[in-house]
Amino acid sequence: MATIVLLTATGLGLGALYFLVASGLSLIFGLMDVLNFAHGALLSVGAYATWWAASGHLPGAGSDGAGFALAVVFGTAVGTVAAVVLELAVVRPLYDRPREQILATVGVGLAVPALLSGIWGADARTFPGPRALSGTVALLGARIPTNRFVLVGAALVVLVALRVFLGRTRHGLVVRAGVEDRAMVTALGTDVRRAFTLVFAIGGAAAALAGALGGLYFGSVSPGQGTSLLVFAFVVVVTGGMGSVTGAAVAALVVGLVQQFANYYAAGGLGDLSVVVLLAVVLLVRPHGLTGRLA
Amino acid sequence: MTSTQLTDRPAAPSAQASGGPPYHRITRWWPAVLLVALFAAPYSAVPLPGLLDGPIGSPGNLQLLGQCLVFAAVATGYDLLLGRTGLLSFGHALYFAAGSYLTAVLMVGGGLPLGVAAVLGLVSGALLAVLLGSVSLRVTGIGFSMVTLAFAQAGSILVARNPGSLTGGEEGLAAPAERLPDWLVGIGNTANLYWIALGYLVLTLAVVHWATHSPTGRVWEGIRENERRVDVLGLRPYGFKLTAFVLSGTLAALGGIVYLLLTGGATPQTTTSDFTLSLLVMVVLGGSGSRWGPLIGGLLYTWADQRLGDLAGSDAIAGLPPVLRVPLSQPLFLLGALFVAVVYLLPGGIARLPERLRAARHGRGGGSAGS
Repeated sequence: MATIVLLTATGLGLGALYFLVASGLSLIFGLMDVLNFAHGALLSVGAYATWWAASGHLPGAGSDGAGFALAVVFGTAVGTVAAVVLELAVVRPLYDRPREQILATVGVGLAVPALLSGIWGADARTFPGPRALSGTVALLGARIPTNRFVLVGAALVVLVALRVFLGRTRHGLVVRAGVEDRAMVTALGTDVRRAFTLVFAIGGAAAALAGALGGLYFGSVSPGQGTSLLVFAFVVVVTGGMGSVTGAAVAALVVGLVQQFANYYAAGGLGDLSVVVLLAVVLLVRPHGLTGRLA
Repeated sequence: MTSTQLTDRPAAPSAQASGGPPYHRITRWWPAVLLVALFAAPYSAVPLPGLLDGPIGSPGNLQLLGQCLVFAAVATGYDLLLGRTGLLSFGHALYFAAGSYLTAVLMVGGGLPLGVAAVLGLVSGALLAVLLGSVSLRVTGIGFSMVTLAFAQAGSILVARNPGSLTGGEEGLAAPAERLPDWLVGIGNTANLYWIALGYLVLTLAVVHWATHSPTGRVWEGIRENERRVDVLGLRPYGFKLTAFVLSGTLAALGGIVYLLLTGGATPQTTTSDFTLSLLVMVVLGGSGSRWGPLIGGLLYTWADQRLGDLAGSDAIAGLPPVLRVPLSQPLFLLGALFVAVVYLLPGGIARLPERLRAARHGRGGGSAGS
């Protein structure tokens, strides 16, 4: 029982991380048809900015209490700015060439982790987290690491915030309409390009937050972390149905849990493979993903 | 390589002057001239200062040239999907790695001789492409890209986990010298390996040329332009796309086997998504969908990759201030930045550069803007 509770909690934590990466990816893809290969790079930027601030380089920020919260806010802000710069400098000039947009993000996705590893070395750096989050909590006989709750909480906040933003605000309306039919929204006289920048900013913020919290989850930051998480985020986006935030949330949950349970009950490393098998099964049964959205 | 560039360059202006036939007559024969030059390379002791260290025919240079040829061929095979059919696969590394790993495992673990292992490796690589292609082609567009990436990632993880000590994990797997024929072993026989690589390149070019000019190739072209229209015409795109996928995957698997022989082992780096991305860079750099573009891109990329590595470790870079030294010491950073620059500044890649230059010159001279 204790093992199952622990595995569930860990799986949920991992699923939360996947959701944070996949939500931005899914929105950007849904609205712009751009598969953002630099999304993992945004995650790494957020992770390194948080690590940098939490290691005492930013006045007021530190590895404990309010200082750590400030470090996370700083990391998220840096990731958001990086995403906006990426959209304005790399993606927007290639507006009429969707395939070239993807290729350009591939280039950025190669260059940024290389730059990070040039500045801070290719090896993983220990991530300083607050003492309050490094312990465990007893729940149903299992000792669950506290940071899992933080991850799940953050993912829930982001999910609710995105749903409110998309469902209740004017900007959200434009984004939703753009996801459904970009040509029609443009024809009706709304400038979708501003929505693009906005969605990139939101996606970048979520990815950077995932980077900061991923540091807590893994206990370290490394240049390649973002890229390896990106692959699972892709699986989540396809499984959940592209462009759907709720679909991404459900799929992230399933993927995280399947991975953790398979890793424990089957031979080590089979969790990663089982995720891919899950994807294949979903595609065979429902080619458009869980929510049935058109790919 | 250089000799054809020299014959090609004077030909271009003459085409301008006479408007056709002599230019065509020369361009029609340059592949044959290049092939003869490449075939004779191991006999050449001419140094190419700046391009290569020492004479062309030295074992080290033949090894590098052989790798250039292999990757030029793999990029050409990859473009069968990207440039000819319009399928953006992010998992092509899997089929390349399948060819080299399966062959190596069958030799080391199964004790089979090279010929049998290579045939089995090639067939298994093709079957893997049939299996995974039939699943991933159920989604279209970018979904296909993501699914192929996920499958390739699974393969990469599998190789890294070293199941049953079969793949050698991080270390990779060396091809056992005792199972290889004598004429493929040792530094003295590098020329033979080089010729195998050249043969693989010629075979790939022939297959791609033949396939794209076949009726199936014309359907691929139709799918690339507008898949729905092909569907409406009563042809199921799925089968045609799967054919392209399997053909391209099989060529990659064969490339993996050649690479295994050339470098003497299978390395886990060839299973990673970075490897697929580098194939993508080669194709886009050279020019996707053109006959020679992926080949040029593959040659250039492999050569630059090698030389950038040398440059990154050189003293000239170590002496620079940190602002310049840090980015310049990262080959992947240079590569990524170069790739973004090519996407922006060179749409259509290097293969379309002469055409674009000509159009620009006409635009300036004649007044009418050439597009």
